[in-house]
Amino acid sequence: MKKTTFLIAGVSVVLAGCATMYSAADYQKMAKDAVSASFAEKGIAKKDRINQDAVNLACSQAEMTGTPLSGEATRKLEGAEFATIKYPADGKFLGDWKAGERLAQDGRGSTYSDKAGSANGGNCYNCHQISKAEISYGTLGPSLYNYGKLRGNSEAVVKYTWGKIYNAKAFNACTNMPRFGHQGILTEAQMKDLMALLLDPSSPVNQ
Amino acid sequence: MTTFKFRQVAFAVAISAVAAGPALAQTEAEKAIDRYRELVADGNPAELWEAKGEDLWKKKRGPKNASLEKCDLGLGAGVVKGAYVSLPRYFEDTKKVQDLETRLVTCMEQHQGIKAKASSYNRDDHKDIISLVAWIASESRGMPVNVPQSHPEEQRYYEMGKRIFFYRAGPYDFACATCHAEDGKRIRLQGLPNLTQNEPAGKAFTSWPAYRVSNSQLWPMQKRLEDCFRQQRFPYVEFGSDVTIALSSYMGVNGKGVKSLAPTIKR
Repeated sequence: MKKTTFLIAGVSVVLAGCATMYSAADYQKMAKDAVSASFAEKGIAKKDRINQDAVNLACSQAEMTGTPLSGEATRKLEGAEFATIKYPADGKFLGDWKAGERLAQDGRGSTYSDKAGSANGGNCYNCHQISKAEISYGTLGPSLYNYGKLRGNSEAVVKYTWGKIYNAKAFNACTNMPRFGHQGILTEAQMKDLMALLLDPSSPVNQ
Repeated sequence: MTTFKFRQVAFAVAISAVAAGPALAQTEAEKAIDRYRELVADGNPAELWEAKGEDLWKKKRGPKNASLEKCDLGLGAGVVKGAYVSLPRYFEDTKKVQDLETRLVTCMEQHQGIKAKASSYNRDDHKDIISLVAWIASESRGMPVNVPQSHPEEQRYYEMGKRIFFYRAGPYDFACATCHAEDGKRIRLQGLPNLTQNEPAGKAFTSWPAYRVSNSQLWPMQKRLEDCFRQQRFPYVEFGSDVTIALSSYMGVNGKGVKSLAPTIKR
């Protein structure tokens, strides 16, 4: 026991003497302070955009340290995100797939160079394959080609798909996908059009 | 200007070649992009900035009527070769970790008496800084990245940079890591370097300054980061701010040993 104590004491002297002057918590605070000091409001991008909510804070730390969230933490976060989902008031989930395709193509909106009040695009092709005809698609998310054809359009599938677009973090806390409904990126009508692009049997996605 | 237009046409041709064969989309698209890169790599307009930058380094200017030839970029007064691949680093005179752009602001003041206005991209004195950066970077071409980590402040900036890289926020919940922490990912057809890994981090770190064919501008690292944050839907990241220096440190340290490419040419 004495030897161990001696060793530990020795190690901490070495650590204090060279590299490690700060704890992980110190670095965390410094990084946060740096973010706070380095960004300025510009156009529609107000300063409060740098604030993190519970899910962003937890996922940033998990990814930085390479330690996935515990099962319990994940369930708690996903439960809170799930509670934010609002389903269409009129009970109709599917709009116009043609408008959905235009939205999926549109990657604009919400940057400080965009005008206040201008509609946001869906950004979908930035990350997903969707229709077969569009070959300029990103690979950050899974392919959505044949989404409806593979899953059908039962009530469960329709509600799940709506929820996923509205708040993807309800189903996978640390997904890279934005929360289009919860964050107010897309309107209810826009999300209905995207739903049709994915689920309408006549949509090119399901050919 | 004709040559610039030719490049844009060449890109359009390459892209329409892709559209012809959707069945082989991915491979054909990548081949077309490679062909396009070969076409544009021969003769980089960044050379125009390099020539102007060398001239600005050697010319007597400002209230002190002095050149920048005694400017210390970290390897001693006047040493240019190798400076680009070893920044950001800590400087005793300013007591700050500085990158190439912010260090040039210091040197213009110290040696020439010019209180540089550099906060807006390609405006005021930042026009000169872009040219200086292009020339100074070209003097390190082929040299291995060697961003130092011996001073505690340099270590602190790396550690902050790592945390900022993974910092999710904004209306879209994006962090740098959302796009730049996995191999082989794309936005549309644009390949995304995994900046947590040595080779892609080193290549990305030494790809700026780059001449951008799409807008005929020369972008140094500060501008590259500012536009990344714009697309991340963050507020405006200020020139020379801690976030920019910390992220440069993170990329540079991750890219250790990779041979410098800058100035490059980009879509």
